[in-house]
Amino acid sequence: MRSETLFSEVMDPKNRANPYPLYELFRQTPVAKQSDGSFVVSTHENIRTLLFDPRLSSEDLPPSRRPHTGNPIKDWILNPIKNRVVTAHRPFIFRDPPDHDTLRKFVMDEFTIQRVNDAHGRVESLVDEFIERCRGRSEVCLVEDLSYPLPVAVICDLLGVPEEDEPHFQRWATQLATALEPDARHDETGRHAIVAAFDEISAYMRKLIREKRRRPADDMLSRLAKPGNKRTPGMGDIDLIATGILLLVAGHETTVNLITNAMLTLLRNPDELEKLKADPERAPRLIEEVLRYEPPVHFRTRKATSPIDIDRVTIPAGAPVILLFAAANRDPARFANPDRFDPDRADNQHFGFGGGLHYCVGAPLARIEAEIALVTLCRRLREPRLMSDPPPYRSGASLRGPASLGIHINGIS
Amino acid sequence: MSDMETAGIVVVGGSLAGLRGAEALRNGGYTGPLTIVGDEPYPPYDRPPLSKHVLAGALDAASTELPRLVRLNARWRLGQTVVALDRIARVIGLADGSAIPFQSLLVATGAQARRWTRAGSELAGVFTIRTRDDAAALRSALASVPARVLIIGGGLIGCETASCCSDLGLPTTLVDSNPAPLSRVLGATVGNVIAGCMMDAGVDFRASTHVDALEGAFGKVVRARLSDGSAIETDLVVVALGAVRETGWLSRAGLLADSGGLTCDSACRALNVEGQPDLNIFAAGDVARWPNAHYGDRLMTVEHWGNAIEQAEHAARNILSDPSDQNAYRHLPAFWSSQFGINIKTVGSAEGAEAAAITQGSLSSRRFLAVYGREGHTVAAVSFDEARWLPSYARRIEIKATFPPVPGAIDQERVDVVDPGFPAPRELAGATSSVRQEAAHA
Repeated sequence: MRSETLFSEVMDPKNRANPYPLYELFRQTPVAKQSDGSFVVSTHENIRTLLFDPRLSSEDLPPSRRPHTGNPIKDWILNPIKNRVVTAHRPFIFRDPPDHDTLRKFVMDEFTIQRVNDAHGRVESLVDEFIERCRGRSEVCLVEDLSYPLPVAVICDLLGVPEEDEPHFQRWATQLATALEPDARHDETGRHAIVAAFDEISAYMRKLIREKRRRPADDMLSRLAKPGNKRTPGMGDIDLIATGILLLVAGHETTVNLITNAMLTLLRNPDELEKLKADPERAPRLIEEVLRYEPPVHFRTRKATSPIDIDRVTIPAGAPVILLFAAANRDPARFANPDRFDPDRADNQHFGFGGGLHYCVGAPLARIEAEIALVTLCRRLREPRLMSDPPPYRSGASLRGPASLGIHINGIS
Repeated sequence: MSDMETAGIVVVGGSLAGLRGAEALRNGGYTGPLTIVGDEPYPPYDRPPLSKHVLAGALDAASTELPRLVRLNARWRLGQTVVALDRIARVIGLADGSAIPFQSLLVATGAQARRWTRAGSELAGVFTIRTRDDAAALRSALASVPARVLIIGGGLIGCETASCCSDLGLPTTLVDSNPAPLSRVLGATVGNVIAGCMMDAGVDFRASTHVDALEGAFGKVVRARLSDGSAIETDLVVVALGAVRETGWLSRAGLLADSGGLTCDSACRALNVEGQPDLNIFAAGDVARWPNAHYGDRLMTVEHWGNAIEQAEHAARNILSDPSDQNAYRHLPAFWSSQFGINIKTVGSAEGAEAAAITQGSLSSRRFLAVYGREGHTVAAVSFDEARWLPSYARRIEIKATFPPVPGAIDQERVDVVDPGFPAPRELAGATSSVRQEAAHA
C-alpha cells in the first residue's frame, strides 16, 4: 500500500474497528506526505516535537461560509458579516496564542480542582442511577444507558444548562463535532450542516447567557458571563458563546468514547475486569492505559505557518499536518509491547488527551467520570459479556468510538 | 573499615549525582556492596532552593533533604573526605586514615564555591553559597538585617541572591566584572534585562567593576574597595564567583583532573594523563568534564541539576555494562532560575554564540524567548517567562537546525536578530585558566 493514500484508508469506515495495522504502516514513514498535500505524523517523538513547535497553527479550519439563500440582503450583507465574525471568534481549540491563551485561561480559572472534586459525588450518584435503570434487563447498551448520558449530565450540571434542554442539542453537538473530521470540512453539504447547527446552538447559548446574567447561579456559565472591569476585562459575548458551545460539545462527544472503549477493552480482557473488581484502586492506572491503547480522539489537524524540517522531511508553509496521536500511542520506540493492554505499564506518557498548549482542559473531569463508571460497572453488572465483537462504530475517524455496545448481563447487584 | 571487605561499587559524593547514581545502580540490577562517601555530614539534599527559598526564610536549610526513590541498602560514610586514590590496588583512602577497596568507582564530588582569596578573606561577614551550612549561615546573617549587602559576581547565584535580598528589603549592591549580569551565561543583551530588573528593584548594580579588597574593623567586614576607586560600606558580603572542583586526590593518582573538573571520555570514564580511560573509574555531575557530541565534542562541564541526574544514571548504566558495551553520554545542558519575579529557563550552551534571535515576545516586555546561533546553527535558547516552546528549540539544537530561524511563528511573525553581547573570552575561562586565576589570587 502506498503511503501517499494511506490516510484515505484511515478515513474509510471499514477500518474503523481496527485502524491499528494502518497506523503501524504509517509509523514506517513517520512524516508521510499524502497526495492531497497534507502530512501525517505518526511517531511519538515527532508528535512531541511538533506539539511544542510555534510554527504549527490550530487555526486550520476553512472560513465559515453560509449557504446561498437567494435573499440578496442575507447573501451580500448579513451572512458575510456573520461569517467574518464567526471565523474570527472560533472556540479556543481552533485558535492560536495570544487569543487562545486569554480565552483558555478564563476556562481554566473556572475548572478548578475544587470544582472537579466536587463533581465526584454527583458522578457517583448519576452512575448508580443509570445502572439502576437497567434493573430487570438481560441486555444493556452501554453507550445509550451510561457512556453518553453520564458526561452530558455532568457537563450540563457544571455549566448550568437546564436538564430539560439537553435533548435539543444532542443533534447539534454531534453535528458540530464533525468539524474535527477532515472529510466533513471538504464536503460542502457537511460544512453547511455544521454552520446551520452552529447558528442554532449559538442562538440557544445567547439566550442562556442572557438568562445567567439576569439570574446568576453557582455554575461555570454564570461565572464566565460575569462582566469584567477595566483591570480584568471579561470575555466578549461572541467568544463566550463559542466557549460555551465548545465545552458543551466536548462534554458530549469525547468522554462517551473513553467510557465505552474502557468497558470494551475490559470485556476483551476479562482478567483485567476481575482485577479491577477486586481492587478498585487500579482504576486510575487502567484508565491511563485505555487512554493510550484506545484513545477517544485519534488525531487532530494543524497547519504549518512556515517550513518545518522534521525527520528528514520539510513540511512546507501552509500544509495541513495531521497529528496521529493514536499511532504514537502504540509506537514501539516509546512503549514496550505497545499492542498489549497493560495497566501496570510504567512511564505511560500517552497522547490520549493530546498535548502541548491544547492539552485537554477537561482531562481531570474525564478521568473522574471514567474511573467511577468503570469501577461501578465492574461491581454491579453480573457476568457481563459482549454481544458482538467488534461492535458497530460511529462514523468519525478522529472522534472514534463504538456507536453502541451491547452487553449481556445476568442482572445487576 | 577494614581493607578485607569485599570490593564493590563506591560512590564518592553524597549529593544529587551520587544519590541518583547509586539508585540507578540498584535499579540496574546491582546487588553487591555499595558504599557512598560524602564530605558533608548530611544525607543528600537539594541545592537549588538554597539560593532562593532558604535565603528568603521560606524554607529551613535542613528541610531540603532529597527524596529517596529506591531502597539503597548502602553503607554511608558521611562527613568523610577522600584524600587518596590507588588505581592499581583499587582502593581509596579517607581523611580518617581508613581505606575502602572498590571494584568500580563513581566520582560525583560536585564543585565547591570559589573562595575570596584577595585581601579581607579572613573577615567575618563574608559568605559563599554552596552548602546547606553556607545557606543557613547566610540566612541568619540576612535575618539580622545588615545595613548593606554586597554581592560579588553577577552569575546565576549572585543574581538570585540579589533578587532575594531586594525582596527582603535589604539595601543591596552587586559588583560584576562584566558589563551586565549573566553576561557569561546569556550575553549582555539578555543580561541587561536583568540589569533593568535590578534597577527597578533598587539594587545598586556596578557593571565592569572589580572588588579589589575587603576591609574590616574588629575582625568584621565593613567596607569594600572597588577597582574604580570607590568604596562601599557593607557589613555583609556574598562571594558568588562560581565554582572550583577539588580534584587533588584524582590528579595525584594520575588522572586528568584540575580545578575545572575530571576529564572523561564520552562514556563518562575518567581519563588518565596518557588520555586513556580507566575502565573502573567513572564520573558524573559538576565534576565531570566530557566531550559533548552536541557541540562538536567540545570538553564541557555542566553544573546544573538535570545533568547531575542524567549523567549519574548514564554512568551507572555504563558501570554495569561490559567495557566493550559502553554508551556515549549525549546531553543538552539546561537550567532554570527564578529571580526578580521572572522564571528563566534555558536549553543548550550559548557560549560563543555570535547572534541571538528574539523569536517570541520582546526584550522590552521582559517576556521573551531568544535563540542563539553560532556558525549558522542553533546552539541554545533562553526563555524569560516564555518557556512554552522551549522543547521545540531544544530539538532544533539537537538537529543543528539552521540559524536564524525562519520567521512565521503562530504567535509572532517577526524574528529580530541581535548581537548577544558576550564579553570577550576572559583569560580565566575554562579549566586550565581557572587554575591560573587561583594562582593570581594567591
